[in-house]
Amino acid sequence: MNQIPSAVAWTWLIVALPLAGFVVNGAFSFFAPNAKRAISAVGVGVLVAAFAVAVVVVRAVGAAPPEEPWILTYWSWMPAGSLQLDFALQVDQLSAVMLMVVTGVSAMIHIYSVGYMGEDPGYARYFAYLNLFVFFMLVLVLGANFPVMFVGWEGVGLCSYLLIGFWYEDKVNADAGKKAFIMNRIGDFGFLVAMFLIFQTTGSLDFREVFAAAPAIFEVGGATITLITLALFLGCTGKSAQIPLYTWLPDAMAGPTPVSALIHAATMVTAGVYLVARANVLFAMAPISSAVVAGVGALTALYAATIALKQWDIKKIIAYSTVSQLGYMFLGVGVGAYASGIFHLATHAFFKALMFLAAGSVIQTLHHAYHATGRHEDAQDLRNMGGLQRYLPWTAALMWVGGLANIGVPPLAGFFSKDDILARTFARGHEAPLFYLFWALGAVGALLTAFYMTRLMAYAFHGPNRTGEREREHLHEAPWVMTGPLVVLALGAVAAGAINLPAVLPGHEWLARWLEPVTFMGGLYLVEGQLGAATEWTLLALAAGIAAIGMIGAWQLLKPAVLKPAREAPAETGIQRVLLRKYYVDEIYDTLLVRPLAWLSDRVLWKTIDAFIIDGVAVNGVARVARLVGWVGSRLQTGQVGTYVVIFVLGTIVLLRALLRS
Amino acid sequence: MFWLFAALAVGGALMCITRRSPVASALWLVQTLFSLAAIFVLLDAQFIAALQVMVYAGAIMVLFLFVIMLLNLGRGSATDMRGWTGRLVALALGLLLVTELWVLVRSPLASPLQLPAGTLSRVAQEQGVVAVISDSLFRTYLVPFEVTSVLLLAAIVGAVVLAKRRL
Amino acid sequence: MLLGPALAVSAILFSLGVAGVLLRRNAIIIFMCVELMLNAANLAFVALAQQLGPDGQVIVFFVMAVAAAEAAVGLAIVLAIYRHKQTLDIQNLNLLRG
Repeated sequence: MNQIPSAVAWTWLIVALPLAGFVVNGAFSFFAPNAKRAISAVGVGVLVAAFAVAVVVVRAVGAAPPEEPWILTYWSWMPAGSLQLDFALQVDQLSAVMLMVVTGVSAMIHIYSVGYMGEDPGYARYFAYLNLFVFFMLVLVLGANFPVMFVGWEGVGLCSYLLIGFWYEDKVNADAGKKAFIMNRIGDFGFLVAMFLIFQTTGSLDFREVFAAAPAIFEVGGATITLITLALFLGCTGKSAQIPLYTWLPDAMAGPTPVSALIHAATMVTAGVYLVARANVLFAMAPISSAVVAGVGALTALYAATIALKQWDIKKIIAYSTVSQLGYMFLGVGVGAYASGIFHLATHAFFKALMFLAAGSVIQTLHHAYHATGRHEDAQDLRNMGGLQRYLPWTAALMWVGGLANIGVPPLAGFFSKDDILARTFARGHEAPLFYLFWALGAVGALLTAFYMTRLMAYAFHGPNRTGEREREHLHEAPWVMTGPLVVLALGAVAAGAINLPAVLPGHEWLARWLEPVTFMGGLYLVEGQLGAATEWTLLALAAGIAAIGMIGAWQLLKPAVLKPAREAPAETGIQRVLLRKYYVDEIYDTLLVRPLAWLSDRVLWKTIDAFIIDGVAVNGVARVARLVGWVGSRLQTGQVGTYVVIFVLGTIVLLRALLRS
Repeated sequence: MFWLFAALAVGGALMCITRRSPVASALWLVQTLFSLAAIFVLLDAQFIAALQVMVYAGAIMVLFLFVIMLLNLGRGSATDMRGWTGRLVALALGLLLVTELWVLVRSPLASPLQLPAGTLSRVAQEQGVVAVISDSLFRTYLVPFEVTSVLLLAAIVGAVVLAKRRL
Repeated sequence: MLLGPALAVSAILFSLGVAGVLLRRNAIIIFMCVELMLNAANLAFVALAQQLGPDGQVIVFFVMAVAAAEAAVGLAIVLAIYRHKQTLDIQNLNLLRG
């Protein structure tokens, strides 16, 4: 293990700064909720400072790439018997990438929030939560053992809950928060089970020790390792909104838009991908689990894309797009292309944050317009938009950049990362034809992605405006504090692809080589499928072609001109209705799980078993016998405590005597 | 030294159970507790002795006195002592118990468990008085320790609920 | 070695506590006698800890915590009883009568 550079010792500051911001802003929210300048200075300042420190640390990592993770132990956390847990942070190539993404994107979103949330009475509370979220997210990506990571994992879940229900006066928002929380609990159960199993089998929870010991302890494809990784993946499906636990994410759009951008697009929901990449040894040793990860990812990618086709709420479309893109990331890490998954995570953080923030600008100006004229219309409904590029030229242009990156138009970031995942899935096809199926699912998903993104852009920014006659004059471009971060994120969305260009292009696969020390352990168990240059070029061309077909198709098929505003729009029918109602999955969950459970609890468990059998026969029956005995016994009871004490002491003496005899 | 404090403790306890006024009883009990603290020191349990003074003689007994004063029981009205039968029963049972315990005290300890003489005081010399107890308290007995905190919390809540006039 | 004498004192104190409980009718004094018994047990623990290692002292620590909890709840009950009955004489507290 090489020497830890002195710069890395500053890592604690990255984590501590947002926490300090949370404390200060939390104090502000109680004592001076209107000191908005100070709140902004603290909230944004700590993030910018944390980003600066992160840059220093990552530069140190870049200057002397560690063979093994640098572990910074701060204090002994839980020394209980054979469980020795330290509160330790870990810096390596993978956490360096996550550090840059988390602190960088967070800093941008914090700046944007200054403009977006400026008029909200809960401004201080908002920034306090946001800072707290970043703190937990950093704990998550920097933690050096499973429990520390779990603290971050739970913490981001808590902040997500707090921020989804930020406008808690509205019951819908509070309910969405609860839904996210409960869905995440199901996933966390899996995470916990996995931790218990890991501790039981390896006797440790430190990443370094567990991963080093794994090859000796587990047998490849054995039942234990498969169970552990499946349980871990259950945690991932909850946190990262995959089938079957994805339904909370679209509802989570009830929170403020920058929150959606930060938590539900760029950072928290990618925690599952990070976890799989971090535990790559374990997943690589469990081929079945890896295939499940890839399969769920591919299915989710396609499935969420179909739902996004027919949503009218601009944020819901982006939310389903996020679910779909997360599916791609899981497809990537599932087929053993850990670097590709992380690559897509990084690029996605840029372009999806960009999409959300741009959508936020649109929503805000519509909201203001409707507020100014006093009409109650849905400011998030695409049918109330249209032609907005005339009023918000910057936002429109920047959102196009994000949209094109999301679609995967070369040479934007999303093109390279998505193609990377699909190409590596295709490469595994030699091994098992199943991977060809996953590839096909992913490719169709990419086609639908191009379609729904183009639809979003076309309906929002092109064609005639449907906002309303009087409202139109209130539509205006967002202030610079909001468009500025968009520009930075757009640069990222354009250029981030350069960090991992495919092997056939110059500078090839820099990120994959950078992550090599982290992922090589997992790589030992994988048959790396090699693609010829010709195949790779074909796949690149195919990806570009898919994007083009989707976009052109959408442009041809959709007619923004004939669209009616939301209040006049006719009800959907047939398949459109099914898609609009998200395949009725919420209703199916309600019918299949919630109601039977409620019925079971109500009728069977409560009324039959509890009320009749337990209460009626068992409890009351016993009680009747007891009452009979008691009636006899009660003749003995004088109610005098003193008498009882005498008898009690006598009994003690007799017992003691008996003990001494023996 | 030991016998002095032992005599004080026993005497205090005797006075405690025979004084008419609750306040006097409580103060005699305080004497017993202080003497016990001194005995603890002689038994190499300095930390426990400090706790005894602070928690028992300090906090708990103040609580008792506080309640006695609050209920204005200071001037014991009629005696709350039992009649002659009660006193005889108490005396008899007390003597019976003490004889039995005496037998128990005389029985030898299982020798393999015994530490060499002076071990505890040596540990206290080397690592400090608190280390003697803290080491096993926060390692072996970590979980009971945490459970104790829950118990205290429950007691606080319970005390508030019970003592509150109207909820 | 003070083990034997200490245990003897412990036994005497414990018996005095028991006798006190039997002797008195005032609920608060009965409580104090219970505290006396707990202390006698503590003394036994501490005395044995000297022979058997410091675990005994840890138990004393727990006993103190429990005693504190017990005193808090017990005195709260005493307060409630007094408010209800205007007396603490346990002869008048016969709600347990069958």
